[in-house]
Amino acid sequence: MRKPRALIVRAPGTNCDLETAYALDVAGAATSLVHINRISSGEMSLAGFSIFVIPGGFSYGDDLGAGKLMARELERRLRDQVAEFVRRGGLVLGICNGFQVLVRAGLLPVPFGERQRVSLIPNASGRFECRWVHLRCAPGNPCVFTRDIAALDLGVAHGEGRLYVPGPVADDIVPVLYYATRDGSEPGYPANPNGSFRNIAGICDASGRILGLMPHPERFVRASQHPQWTARGDRGGTGDGLSLFTNAVDYARSLF
Amino acid sequence: MIHRIEVAFREGLVDPRENEVMAGIRDLGISGIERVFVTDVYWLEASLTEEQLRAVGSTLLSDPVAQVCGYGDEHVRGTEPCLRVIEVGYNRGVSDPLEYTILKGVKDIGIDTVSRARSGIRYVLQGSCTSEDIEVITHRILLNPVVQHVVQPGEDFFPSEPTYRFELRHVPLLDQSDVERDRIASSFGFSRDELNAICRYFASIGREPTDVELETFSQTWSEHCVHKTFKAKIVCDDEPIDNLLRSTIMRATRTLNHDWCLSVFEDNAGVIDFDGDHAVCFKVETHNHPSAVEPYGGAATGLGGVVRDVLGTGLGARPILNTDVFCFAPPDTPYRSVPTGVLHPRRVFKGVRAGVADYGNRLGIPTVNGTLRFDPRYLGNPLVFCGTAGIMPRWAARMGKQEPGDLVVLLGGRTGRDGIHGVTFASEKLDDTSADSSRSAVQIGNPIVEKQMIDALVQARDRRLYRRITDCGGGGLSSAVGEMGASTGVRVHLDRVPLKYAGLSYDEIWISESQERMIVAVPPENLEELLQVCAGEGVEATVIGEFTTNRRLELLYDGVVVGDLDMEFLHNGIPQLELSGARPREEWAGEDPSPGESYSSVLLGLLSSLNVCSKEWVIRQYDHEVQGTSVLKPLVGPAGDGPGDAAVIRPLLDSDRGLAVSNGINTRYGDIDPYWMAASAIDEALRQLVAVGAGLERVALLDNFCWGRATEPESMWALVQACKACYDMSLAFEVPFISGKDSLNNFSEFEDRIICIPHTLLISAIAVVPDANQVISMELKTPGNLLYVAGNTYAELAGSEYCALLGAGGRKVPEVRFEEARATMHRLAGAIGGGLVVSCHDMSEGGLAVAMAEMAFAGGLGASVNLSALPLGEAISRDDIVLFSESNSRFVVEVPVAQARRFEEWMAGIPCKQVGTVIPDTDLHIQGLDGTVVVSVPLHELKAAWKRPLDW
Repeated sequence: MRKPRALIVRAPGTNCDLETAYALDVAGAATSLVHINRISSGEMSLAGFSIFVIPGGFSYGDDLGAGKLMARELERRLRDQVAEFVRRGGLVLGICNGFQVLVRAGLLPVPFGERQRVSLIPNASGRFECRWVHLRCAPGNPCVFTRDIAALDLGVAHGEGRLYVPGPVADDIVPVLYYATRDGSEPGYPANPNGSFRNIAGICDASGRILGLMPHPERFVRASQHPQWTARGDRGGTGDGLSLFTNAVDYARSLF
Repeated sequence: MIHRIEVAFREGLVDPRENEVMAGIRDLGISGIERVFVTDVYWLEASLTEEQLRAVGSTLLSDPVAQVCGYGDEHVRGTEPCLRVIEVGYNRGVSDPLEYTILKGVKDIGIDTVSRARSGIRYVLQGSCTSEDIEVITHRILLNPVVQHVVQPGEDFFPSEPTYRFELRHVPLLDQSDVERDRIASSFGFSRDELNAICRYFASIGREPTDVELETFSQTWSEHCVHKTFKAKIVCDDEPIDNLLRSTIMRATRTLNHDWCLSVFEDNAGVIDFDGDHAVCFKVETHNHPSAVEPYGGAATGLGGVVRDVLGTGLGARPILNTDVFCFAPPDTPYRSVPTGVLHPRRVFKGVRAGVADYGNRLGIPTVNGTLRFDPRYLGNPLVFCGTAGIMPRWAARMGKQEPGDLVVLLGGRTGRDGIHGVTFASEKLDDTSADSSRSAVQIGNPIVEKQMIDALVQARDRRLYRRITDCGGGGLSSAVGEMGASTGVRVHLDRVPLKYAGLSYDEIWISESQERMIVAVPPENLEELLQVCAGEGVEATVIGEFTTNRRLELLYDGVVVGDLDMEFLHNGIPQLELSGARPREEWAGEDPSPGESYSSVLLGLLSSLNVCSKEWVIRQYDHEVQGTSVLKPLVGPAGDGPGDAAVIRPLLDSDRGLAVSNGINTRYGDIDPYWMAASAIDEALRQLVAVGAGLERVALLDNFCWGRATEPESMWALVQACKACYDMSLAFEVPFISGKDSLNNFSEFEDRIICIPHTLLISAIAVVPDANQVISMELKTPGNLLYVAGNTYAELAGSEYCALLGAGGRKVPEVRFEEARATMHRLAGAIGGGLVVSCHDMSEGGLAVAMAEMAFAGGLGASVNLSALPLGEAISRDDIVLFSESNSRFVVEVPVAQARRFEEWMAGIPCKQVGTVIPDTDLHIQGLDGTVVVSVPLHELKAAWKRPLDW
C-alpha cells in the first residue's frame, strides 16, 4: 500500500524536526523535511502531501514572541497553499513552537479567521520548564490525531505554553487534551505546568484535522523514553506519543 | 524619521520579568518597591504612515490578543504617578539581537521602508526608596554596563556609521630601549623572552613588524591558544618535567593505545568510535572571565564556543548533548562583603544559568546533566564549564587536510568589535576595573545563526564539499586561519570579511572574536554547491582567501600586504616557559570532629548543604529531552525529582546503542591533597557510569584544570600532583583521556585582598553503552528488595561535607585503592548488565547516609540499614565515620530477593555485603555499629531539607 506523504516544514531555529520525522516514519508515513524557504520560493509545494507538520523549536529565536515570525511568513507566503491543503482534507499538526505558530497565524482555533483569537503566553511560573505531564483526552472531541486515546503521558518543554483565551472566544475553542492528574483531582502546578486556561494542553479546529498542542508526542515513541521506564521494566515497547502519528497516518491512508 | 513603539502585556497579565526584577530587588535587601512594570520599547528608523506604524506594532512587535502597544510618546503601563522610570538600551557598538528579526519581520508584513531598528526595556518603579537604592537596583539588576546603559532624553539611537580610512601601521621594535620594549611587551601581553624572540625574528628579516603581525603573535602565543604552562619546562621538588601534559595525561593515552580512540589531543575535541559506522566526539570548555563581568552573555557564548568546537571536529560533528558544571560563591554571600566591580554571586548564578539555557535550548541540544559547586573563593571569579558531545559518520572522524589552491571560506555570523582581545583577557587576572577594560572582550551571541550554520555544515559535510573545517573561537580568524594554514601557507584578504558595521580596522577584523563563525577549506570546484547549500539555510558564506604552498601567513587589505609571517616561526618560535614547583611547607594536620549521639539532624544538615542539595531549579529550565534521545534523565523516580547518576541518551534514533555521560569534581580535597582530589574526581566520574550499568569497556575522559595562579611554585606543585594522579588512574582503569582544557589564572585582585579559586579539576566521562535498554536508575524500586553496599569504607573524613558542616578539618582525604576499585566497578557493572540489580547509586558528598537518603526519597520508599554489616577497609568504631566518610569506589545496590544468590555469587571476592532492606514504611532507619538507632527520619523531611536551599 502507498505510504501517505508527510511534509515537515522547518525554519531557522526549528529543532525538533529530526525526531518528528522519525516518529512519522515509524508510524508509516513517507516524510519530507523541508526548509520553509523552499516552499515560499515556490520550489516545493504542499501538493501531494496529506500531513503537514510544524515541529517544535525556537523559529527565528522566538524573537518578538514565540512563533511570531514564522506565523507572519506562513500568512504572507503560504496562506493560499495551506488553505487549499486544508480544503483537500489534509491534516495539520503544530507541536509546541508549531502550536504557537498556528495560533499566531490564525489557523487555530478557527482556521482562516481574520485574525489571531487566542494566545500562548508566558508560563504562570515565569520559567521555561522541561517536565513530564499526564494528559486526558477531551471526551467526544473530533480530533483525528487522538482517536481511541483516553489518556497519555508526554513531556513538555516550553516557556510560553499558557493558553490565554479572551472571554468572547471561549466557545470557539475545541479542547483536545487536558493537563490532568492520575487520581482525577484538580491539576494545579506542576500537573498543569503553565497555568493554561481550563488546563488545556491542545486544541483543534471544528473539523478535527488541525491540531496544536504544547506537549511533545515525538519524544515518546519508545517506551524507554518515559521517565519511569526503568521502574516499569518496560524495555522494548513503543511510547504513547507514537499513537498520535499512527492515527494521522491511518486517517491519511483512508483519504487517498 | 525615528518611530517609537511600546509593547506591554494587557492589564491583568503579568510579564514574568516583573517578578524577576522584584525578586532581584528583594535579593538586594531593598524594601519599599511595591511594583515594577516592564515594557518593551522599539525605535525604528523608517518613514511609515500612521497605518503602517500601527500594523508593525499590532501584527509584528506585539501579540494583539495578550499585549497592547503605545506609539510615539504614548506609555502603555505604569502611567499613573510613579517613583522612577528607567529605560535601558544597548550600548553603541553592541549589536542589537532583535534588529535582524525586526527588519525581516516588517518585510514579511509588506513594509520595506524600515532601515534600522533598536530595542530597549522600560522599567517603571512604584513605591518608595532612596535614590541610592534606585542606583543600586539600576546597575545591579536592570542593566549591565558592559552592554547596556540608561537611555538619555534625546539620545541618538542611529548614529551615522563610522568610516574607516585604511592606513598601514608599523610598530618600531628593533632599536628600542628596554623600557620601551617592556611597554610594548605588556601592551601585547608578551613575556620579555617572547618579545626578544620576536625581535630576533624581525631583525633577521630586516624590518619592523606591523601592528597586525604583533597581534597575531599575541593571539597565537597566548596561554589560551598554546597552553604554555602545561608545555613548560618544570622543576618540581628537584624533579625535572619537560611538558607536563605530554609526560602524564597524554602519555597514559599513548600507553593504553586503544584502537577505538580515533583522534586524541590533536583536534578541537577528542573522538572515539561509537558503533563502527559512527564516531562520537566530546569537549568541555571554560568561559570564566567573560562570565564574571557579563554572566548571561559570557556563559551563552561559552556554550556557543564549545558547540562550534564539536562542529569543527574531524570533518564536522552534529551536537547531541550538553553537560554543564558551574562553580560560584554561595548565593547567600552578604552584599557588603562583595568588592566594588564584582557582581553578586546570586546575580552571576542566575545570569549564567539563563545564558547557557537560552543558548542551548535554542540550539536544540539536550542538556542531559551537570552539577554546581559552591565555595567563597569563586567570588569574582566563577567557573563556567560547558561540555558538548557530537556524532559524525566514522569517515569524518579525523581532522581534514587542505590542498594548496583550496579557498578559505568564512561561514556564519558577521564580524564586529565583539570579543577583541578575548584570549588575552581570558589569561589575565580580574580586578575592579575588569568590567570597564573588558567591554570589547564580551561577545554577544545569536544561537539561531549557529543553528543555521550547523544545519548547513552537516549537509555540506555529507556532500563532501570541503576538505577541512575549524571554528573561529579564541583569537578569531588569527587563530583559526593561522593554525589551519600552518602546514601549507595561507593568503587572507581582510577587506573581504563581511562586517556587522563599518569602521573596523584590518587588525580588528583579524582578531575579532565575533560569535557563530566557522572556516572551511573548499576546493574551487565545490564552491558553487557550497554557496547553494548555505543560501538554502540562510547562512552567509564568503571567500576570504586561499591556501598556498609557501608556508607563509600573508594578510592583505585592499591589496596591500599588512602582514607576512613565516608559519614555522609563528607556530614553533615561542620560547618554552620555565617554571618551578615546590611542596607546601607545612603538612596537613586536620583532626576528625568529635562524635555525636544521633545523626538525624546532621543528615538533614548535609542534605541542605549547597554542594549536596537539589539542583532541580536549574535542571528544569534546560531542555533535556529535545532530539528525542533521552534514556536516563537528570531527574529520576516516580516524582521526577531524584538525583540521577550518569545521564544516558540514544544518539541514533533507530539504534539501541547508548551514550552515558558523567562528571566528577571535588574542590575540598584539593586544599588538602591535590593528588587524591584528582584521583577522587576520576573515581566519581567512573562511579556514576557504573551506577547506571554503563560499564568501563569503552570510556573516555576529559580533563579540565582551573587553577588560581599555576605559575606560583606551590600551586604548580599541586598541578603536577593532579596530573600524576590522572596518569596513574588512567592506566589503572585503562580509561584514556582524549582531550582537555586548562585555565590557570583564576584569581581576583581587590584593593584589600587577592582571592584565588580553589584548585579545581573537572573530570568529564563518556561511555558507549552497548544496549541502552539495560541501564538502571538510582531510586529504590520495590519493598522487600535487599540493599547491598559494594566497596570498602575507610576512615576518610578530611574534605568531606560532614567536616565542612561541623567546621572540622578531618584527618585523611579519600584515596583510591586502584585494584580494589577497578575490581568492584567491573564486577558491579557486569551484575547490572546481567539484570541482577534494579537500582544503584554511588556514594559521594555526604557518604553512605546521603546516598541512602537520596535513593529512598527518590523512590518514595523507606529503607532499613545496619551499619555493622558494612564492608570496612580498616577497623572503624565510630558511627559518624561509617555514615559520612566519602571513601571512593562505593555503591548502594538494590537487588530483588530472587536474584540475591546469583548476585552474591557474581560479587564473590569483592567487598560487598547485604546491609539492609527496602521497606514499605516511609522512613529511613539506620542502626549504628552497636545496634542502636542512629538515624530515623521520615522521607518527606529528608526530601524537604534537600530541596530547600535552591528552591527559587
